[in-house]
This record gives sequence, C-alpha cells and structure tokens, in this order.
Amino acid sequence: MLKIKGLHATVGGKAILKGLDLEVKAGAVHAIMGPNGSGKSTLSYVLAGREGYAVTEGSATYQGADLLAMAPEVRAREGVFLAFQYPVEIPGVSNKYFLKAAYNAQRKHRGEPEMDAGAFLKFIKEKAKLVEMDPSFLNRSVNEGFSGGEKKRNEILQLAVLEPKLALLDETDSGLDIDALKIVANGINKLRHPARAVVLVTHYQRLLDYIVPDFVHVLSGGRIVKSGGKELALQLEKEGYGWIEDQSGTARVTV
Amino acid sequence: MANQDLKELADREYKYGFKSEIETDQVPRGLNEETVRLISKKKEEPAFMLAWRLKAYKHWLGMTEPTWAAVHYPKIDYQNVIYYSAPKAKKKLNSMDEVDPEIRATFEKLGIPLEEQKMLSNVAVDAVFDSVSVATTFRKTLAEAGVIFCSFSDAVKEYPELLEKYLGSVVPYTDNFFATLNSAVFSDGSFCYIPKGVKCPMELSTYFRINAKDTGQFERTLIVADEGASVSYLEGCTAPMRDENQLHAAVVELVAMGDASIKYSTIQNWYPGDKNGKGGIYNFVTKRGKCAGARSKISWTQVETGSAITWKYPSCILLGDESVGEFYSVALANHYQQADTGTKMIHIGKNTKSTIISKGISAGHGQNAYRGQVRIAKSAVGARNYSQCDSLLLGDECGAHTFPSLEVKNTSATVEHEASTSKIGEDQLFYLRQRGLSAEDAVGMIVNGFCKQVFNELPLEFAVEAHKLMNISLEGSVG
Repeated sequence: MLKIKGLHATVGGKAILKGLDLEVKAGAVHAIMGPNGSGKSTLSYVLAGREGYAVTEGSATYQGADLLAMAPEVRAREGVFLAFQYPVEIPGVSNKYFLKAAYNAQRKHRGEPEMDAGAFLKFIKEKAKLVEMDPSFLNRSVNEGFSGGEKKRNEILQLAVLEPKLALLDETDSGLDIDALKIVANGINKLRHPARAVVLVTHYQRLLDYIVPDFVHVLSGGRIVKSGGKELALQLEKEGYGWIEDQSGTARVTV
Repeated sequence: MANQDLKELADREYKYGFKSEIETDQVPRGLNEETVRLISKKKEEPAFMLAWRLKAYKHWLGMTEPTWAAVHYPKIDYQNVIYYSAPKAKKKLNSMDEVDPEIRATFEKLGIPLEEQKMLSNVAVDAVFDSVSVATTFRKTLAEAGVIFCSFSDAVKEYPELLEKYLGSVVPYTDNFFATLNSAVFSDGSFCYIPKGVKCPMELSTYFRINAKDTGQFERTLIVADEGASVSYLEGCTAPMRDENQLHAAVVELVAMGDASIKYSTIQNWYPGDKNGKGGIYNFVTKRGKCAGARSKISWTQVETGSAITWKYPSCILLGDESVGEFYSVALANHYQQADTGTKMIHIGKNTKSTIISKGISAGHGQNAYRGQVRIAKSAVGARNYSQCDSLLLGDECGAHTFPSLEVKNTSATVEHEASTSKIGEDQLFYLRQRGLSAEDAVGMIVNGFCKQVFNELPLEFAVEAHKLMNISLEGSVG
C-alpha cells in the first residue's frame, strides 16, 4: 500500500529524516517506535503533506501513485488519515458539520453523491458508539473545550467516519489515562480491516498492550534501524532504545 | 497554504459587478440649493419636506467632514457627484408587471425576483434602484395586517403626518456631516409602520442597487413599531464594478414604542473595489434606533463584506425603562478595504440592557476598526452592558484596531468588556485539509465558525446567504 524509499526531509532547514525506508501492507498494523527527536512526528507530517516539511530526497508511493506530489486534501480524499498528536480546536464549527463536510469531500472525490444531513446524523451516531462518545459531542465545536482524552477520542471518531485506507496515528496514546487508552485502543481495534493499514507512531510500548501490531519498526536518527514482530516492542520496553541507537546506521532489517 | 492557490482565490471577481443599460433621468452634477429644490420637485413633495431639506442643506454648508475615523481616502469632491438618478419611467406603475423589464432582469440576476409568486416565501421586498424605489412587493398582504411598507417617496405623499412626526426624530438633520447631507438630498428608501399590537406577518426587506455612474446613493429608511408591535427587517446592497469610487450616505432611523421590538439585519455587499484598491463604494452610514417605550427592544445585526470604506455605527438610545439594545456585527476588510464600524449604546432608562458582539476579520491589506461607545447616564439605575470584540487576522499585512469607550455615571451599572485578537492558524488549516477539505473551504469554515454568534442572529433565509457571501468574499485571502 505504502512504499517509502530513501526518504530525506528537512524542517526549518534541519535534516530530520535521513534515508528512511518502509513498506506498509494493507491489513497490517505497523508500530513505529523511537526515542524523542528521532523523526516520528516528522514522518507523519511528511506523509500527510504539512507545509514546512520539505522532502529533499527519496520517494513515497501510495497505491502505486506518487504520494508526495498530492496536495494534503487530495491525500486525505485518497484515504490517508492522520490522527493528530495535538488535535486542533475550530471554534464555532460543530463537530457534526465538520465531519459531514469532510465525509462529503471524500465522496465527491470518488464521484459519489453527497450524503444528506439526516442520513449522515444516523451514520455518525453509530460511529460515536464505537468510541463510547456521548452524542452531545457531535453538536459541540470541534475539539473546543474538550479534555485531552476527549480530543483523542474525537480523532478516532473521525477515523471511524472517514474509513481511510491508511491510518497514521501520531502518539495517540499520549496524555491518556488508562480508561481512555482502553476506549481508544478498542475503537482502533474495531477498525482493523483487511483493506486498511494502520501505522501507530508511539514512544511507549503501553498502547501496544491493547493494539497488537503485526510489525514493529524502530526509528532512530531519521531512519528505520530495526524491524521485527511484536516482540521487538517488548524488548524495547525492557531494554530502552540505547542498544539500538548504538547500532544505528548499521542495523537495517526489512520485513 | 500554497501562495499560488491563494492568489487565484483572492483574485476572484465580485459576482454582482455587472451594469445594466437603462435610460436615466438625472439632475445635473453638483450640489447647490437648486439641486435640493429640484430633487424635491421631481418627487412632488409637500412643502414641509422641502423646508426640512433646505434647513439641512444650509446646516451642511457650515459643517466639515469628520476625520476621526481610522479610514483614509482622497478628498471627496461633493460638486462632482450626481445627486439624483432614476430610471426613466414612462408612466405611473400600477402593478409589478409594469416595472421596466431591464430593471426586473437586473434584480432577477441578483437573485431578487420581483414577481411575488417567485419570491422567497414570507419576505416582502422594496427594491431601490439608484435613487428611487422601483417596486414594493406584498403591499396588499401587509396592508391587510395594518402594516405600512412602501417607498419613502410614496410615504411622503400618502402618510405625511406620520413622516412629519417621526422623520429626524432619532437622527436629526443636524446630526453629522453625512447624515445632514443625506437629509438635504435623500432620494428614496423605505418606510415601515407597524401599528399597535401587530406582529408583522412577514419579513420585510429592502434591496439597494447602485447602477448609474458617478451617482451617489442617499436613501433613508424609517421604521416605526408602535406599542407592542414587532417586525424583522433586512437590507441588502450591491453595486456594479466601476473604477471610480461612489458615495453612499444613508440614514436609518428606528423607533420602538413600549413593548415593541425591531430586528434590523443588514447584509452589505457594495462593490469593495478591486484587489489593488481601485474603485469601490464609500459607505458613510448613520443608523440609530430609539427604544422610546418601556421594555422595547432594538436589535442590529450586520454583515459587512463590501465597500471600499465603511463608516457605520448602528446605535441604540435606551430611553424606556427595561429597554434592550443589541448589536451583532461581522465586518470583513479584504484587499485594500477599510472598515471603521461599531456601535453606541446609550443607557438612559432604568434597568436597560445592551449586548455588543463584534467580529472583525482582516485579510490582504484590509484594515478593520471596532469603535464602540457605552454610555450609562446618571438616570440609568441598574443598567447592564456586555461587550465582546473579537478580531481575526488572515495574513501579515492586514490590521485590526479596537477603540472602545465607556462612560458610566451610575454606580449601580454593570459593564463588561471582553476582547480578543487571533490569527488564523496554519495548524487549523492543515487540520481541515488533512480531513479532505480544500484550502478555500478550510478558510471559509474557520471564518464562518468565528462569525457564528452573529450569523445565528440573522433570519434563517439570510443566514445561509451570509455564510455563502463570507466564503466568496474572503476565501484564499490567507497568506
């Protein structure tokens, strides 16, 4: 589904990604782990097309097309979804209005008719149950006055509504207490699908207790320095990132 | 956001900029006593009207143009303006079918059909083209309810006693430079009277269109809601794209008697000039309402997206005890537009209450100023005011300014003022685009969210319009 080859990217002139290779398969859950500053969030933003994240070298192919050549909204409509580490507040815009606009933008892109307000409301109410969200949140302004946990849940609600093919989750576990973490993980698990790839970007192994990944990759110094199965995450939890960083630049395992 | 997209969006054309080819009857360029007399004569006005105009004209000669507003423009040559321009009428119209087809087509094109069967349900329209009212719909239906809704010219002839009583009772002819000029040369406008205890059965609206070149538009609106009456009124405005600036100096007076309520909404979309600041309407407007009776209420809602310069402060004089004044405003200044707008709330009666919600949006090189005054007189025991002024900046070259003024002479009063200035965030834009919205839809959504408190106050039919207008007027103006 997604093939990244030799990706180099800079932020504010500073090189962050330095030759990253990664292949993500449909139906699989990939976890990308790494210490702070290793480039995890940069990778998410580069794939989503955020301004200021400049690709200087390498490629990213999504469903056979050049992902990096697409505008951010086109990537989104083609099924690339980024759950933000820090979801943004949009005052005065109701959650349901926002979701409907996003959902219909996607449908329009696919040449499908837009869904009307009544049908859409029924549809999102079902989806809200998935993340155990009170329907009253649908009428509130996007993320405004939401707690950290509610914001993260709202991201997963959007994920559920937009049904992307490639879901990138950036530190979705950060700032969540254990109950909220379980709800969020549970929501993500329900969205696992043979046609959908999930990329979890996380610093801690904790989330992976609830969402068991098929593949774990370690990002360090702007490159994937080690890949393995779910046991790799446990090893990282036990031994930290130090041992990998020592090998960085030499160890490269592909799956 | 890619600068390329932005530029394309920002350069989008003003949708209502077309001109209509219509034969007009104009007075000669310039202003003198003769012009005033000629206008009055053309309108076949009674003597009191001419006398009032002449008093205003003489007073105006001794006045100087105000310079305190945060707007800059070349000196206006008042002798180079055509003060009266009307489509040539062949005879007096008996029905809507007799309106000049070209004028009808103009309003159709603007989305304001004048045939009643095609109208928005439950909205009566007075259509003002250049200096005169060309059609008022649903007059008969309204008359059955006792409501008078007609052009100002008709009112002068048909209801002279009402006019004489209320004209200038809120905005006297000596009020200010532009209002005084208007008093001397005003050509038409709308008059509305809701009798005691009547709730107006439909929304009333006036649609203003400037068409002729070098013409000033000077209209007056007078709305009187008698005891216990209520009415909701809306005005809309557009003008062709012309390279020259055009002057628009209107006066609106509202009178609400005891327990009466008037809701006045404006969607102002005069031609704002091009992206380099060439052309556009100079909009110098005086709007004031008087809550004359106890428990009366006047509510102003305005969405100001047009005009090169906007100078406008819809105000309320809260005379009656427990009367209520409200001001909800969205003002947009894009490209080289300048807006200096706000309100005055003058509390005189006991337990009077006012609310001010002002949302200013600046984009491109636009400059937006909020100027507000809350005055609590000694007599206004228990008066309350709440003001909120928010500014949103799109880009680095625009400006937002706030000039609030408070004058409290009664210690039992409660006055609250909140203000904020924010910049549209790259993070907000990216967030929305990541969910599949185009850059322009994302900007539109953020700005509409910012304006929501005000749009909520508009009558439903027009809230949708305002939403769309906002998107058209500023999409992509982010830098």
